[in-house]
Amino acid sequence: MSVPTAARLGFLSCHVCERVTRAVTGAAAPKCPRCGARLHSRKPSSVARTWALLIAAAILYVPANAQPVMITTSLFGTQRDTILSGVAYLWQSGSWPLATLVFVASVVVPLLKLLALGYLAASVHYRSRRNVLGRSRLFRVLEFVGRWSMLDVFVVMVLAALVKLQSLANIQAGPGAMWFGIVVVLTMLASMSFDPRLIWDSVGEDDGRQAGAI
Amino acid sequence: MADKPAQSDMADLPQARVAEKRRSMFSLVWIVPLLAVLIGVWLAWRAYSQTGPAFTIVFATAEGIEAGKTKIKYKSVDVGVVEAINLAPDQSRVVVHARMEKHAEGLLVADSHFWVVRPRVAGGNVEGLGTLISGSYVGMDVGIAKTEQREFIGLEDPPIVSRDVPGRHFVLKAESAASITVGSPVFFRRVKVGEVESFRLEHDGDGVRYRIFVQAPYDQYVTDHTRFWEASGIDIKLSATGLEVNTESLAAIAIGGIAFQTRQDAPATQPAGEDARFRLFARRDAALARAELSVVPMQMRFKESVRGLTVGAPVDFRGVTIGEVTNIRLDIPEDRSQLVMVVLVDIFPDRLQRGRIPTSKEDSKPFSEGAQLLVKNGVRAQLKTGSLLTGQLYVALDFYSGAKPAVVKWDARPPEFPTVPGTFVGVEENVMAISNKLAKVPFDAIGQDLRASLVTLNRTLDTVSRLATTMDRDVSQEIRKAIADMRQTLTGVDRNLEESAPLKQDVREAMREIARAAASLRHLTDYLEQHPEALIRGKPEEKP
Repeated sequence: MSVPTAARLGFLSCHVCERVTRAVTGAAAPKCPRCGARLHSRKPSSVARTWALLIAAAILYVPANAQPVMITTSLFGTQRDTILSGVAYLWQSGSWPLATLVFVASVVVPLLKLLALGYLAASVHYRSRRNVLGRSRLFRVLEFVGRWSMLDVFVVMVLAALVKLQSLANIQAGPGAMWFGIVVVLTMLASMSFDPRLIWDSVGEDDGRQAGAI
Repeated sequence: MADKPAQSDMADLPQARVAEKRRSMFSLVWIVPLLAVLIGVWLAWRAYSQTGPAFTIVFATAEGIEAGKTKIKYKSVDVGVVEAINLAPDQSRVVVHARMEKHAEGLLVADSHFWVVRPRVAGGNVEGLGTLISGSYVGMDVGIAKTEQREFIGLEDPPIVSRDVPGRHFVLKAESAASITVGSPVFFRRVKVGEVESFRLEHDGDGVRYRIFVQAPYDQYVTDHTRFWEASGIDIKLSATGLEVNTESLAAIAIGGIAFQTRQDAPATQPAGEDARFRLFARRDAALARAELSVVPMQMRFKESVRGLTVGAPVDFRGVTIGEVTNIRLDIPEDRSQLVMVVLVDIFPDRLQRGRIPTSKEDSKPFSEGAQLLVKNGVRAQLKTGSLLTGQLYVALDFYSGAKPAVVKWDARPPEFPTVPGTFVGVEENVMAISNKLAKVPFDAIGQDLRASLVTLNRTLDTVSRLATTMDRDVSQEIRKAIADMRQTLTGVDRNLEESAPLKQDVREAMREIARAAASLRHLTDYLEQHPEALIRGKPEEKP
């Protein structure tokens, strides 16, 4: 006996008015009888969207790290810093905790997010039954952490707004900051478009218990 | 309770309505990664297309250069950046790897120069102050060659003049470096028109070679006949003409300088070519004196001291400088009788010739004839004091009417010009002769004799004094008596001589008789003269 889920029992829940309806078998696009919103038991083409956004984010991750995020113009010349050069500078100047924080928040987290989402999407695609609970937790962590990876962009934006001393010192956001922001937004969109329920869909009645027990 | 309503609710849950099928959203989502790919490709292409050529510059030291930060600038525009700094394989130099920006690719030609711009104070001006805070950068000067090059040897000092400044270079050869350094100004009529670019010793060590740059349009004033001289510092000269202080400008005092000018009587010629060679004279007058005048070396032999005569002292004909002393030495003639001072001079015969523009090659024949004629008319060389203050001597030529006949010895090497002793020397000789004679006078003996004589004289005077006293006492009484007697006698005489006195009557009578006697005597003598026979025959009877 499989674990009863709304989908398996043939129920649909309206995303707008929360009205529960019975699914129409064979119908391509069910609508809510009360408010007329589209009904679907899972987010439509969730995996494909996730993939598309993920791939876009992965491509833009390269210029985000290769191009400068901050252009500092001062009497001592112009300095163009990429994220990694900033981390290296912090590390060399002895601010190891700060360097670690920036490195984790700006490099590791987006990268892990890309990899993790990719892993989740792939596992759903192949209907993997392994470590379902772990994957669920992973998704929750991703959702939580994702917003913090904009830290770098925030810092640059604040500095760029604050340091406007004309010829003495001037900070501009570099093109890298834009790509970085796009990467973060794309990964957030990707994780939003990913439907975590899909993780569990492949799990059978027994597996679910086993998975839950593990 | 909870289950029951749920069960019943579930049973009469409404069916979802069926809507018409919509187009799939599938393709729209994939626009996002497609856009990402396009952006990525565009970025990559742009990065690739903007990457200029890599090249290397070899420097002696990498002081001030930072990999990834130091810029390469041309006319203060960023054209590249230093990417890495390595030691050369032999570790003697530093190889700087740099990358040019794409648009500046054409600047990497064979004769482009690179140097590190650091703050420096040289040549009277301060450069690169901005680099004090902004850090050094690599400056470049683009060459004119067409061939591209990727390996360069960096300059240690920035070139003084950027290659795009119009003008010309000239090469000057000097005997010594004086106070002129790289960056010293070049003056034309006290206007700064250029700079000294570099200087080095000649390869054979024979002098110093300067390379100077004269900006356009002033470079047209440099012709083949232009003379250059050192206008360094303060030129204080003590010479026969007195004290001279010359300077070109305050800057030249501090860092030296070079000035040039073309002789006014020089023939007009084209401006000198690029890298034309000139001699750098030490002084202005030396530079302008000779020009292309012909020079006749001569010697003058003096027997007096030439102390105060210096090399460069003028040879002067009634105030006109017609030559200068080039050397002074001693000579021992064949007979070894005495030493002779030989003064070698350079005579500029063109200055003696009237109204003629000197040509470059002047035959010395007319000069020799003219000189011979002058000497025949009494022109001689003489050492004269130019300045009593300094005691400097000069060689003066002038007419000396009383000079012994002489000729210019043209067969001597160099030809010898006749001389006369200096006036000052003549006076000196006379004074010496007098003093020698004076020295021979036995002043000691004379003094002793004089003293003895004075003693004797003293004694004599004493005697005289005593005598006078005696005379005053004894003789005066006698004299008084004698005078009284004389007065008595004279009174008697006076009485006898009165008009009516008998003596006087008698005398007058006697005198009358004598006169008559004298007349009768004259009568007799006259008669005797006419009738001498009367002396024998007596006076004949008078015939009726």
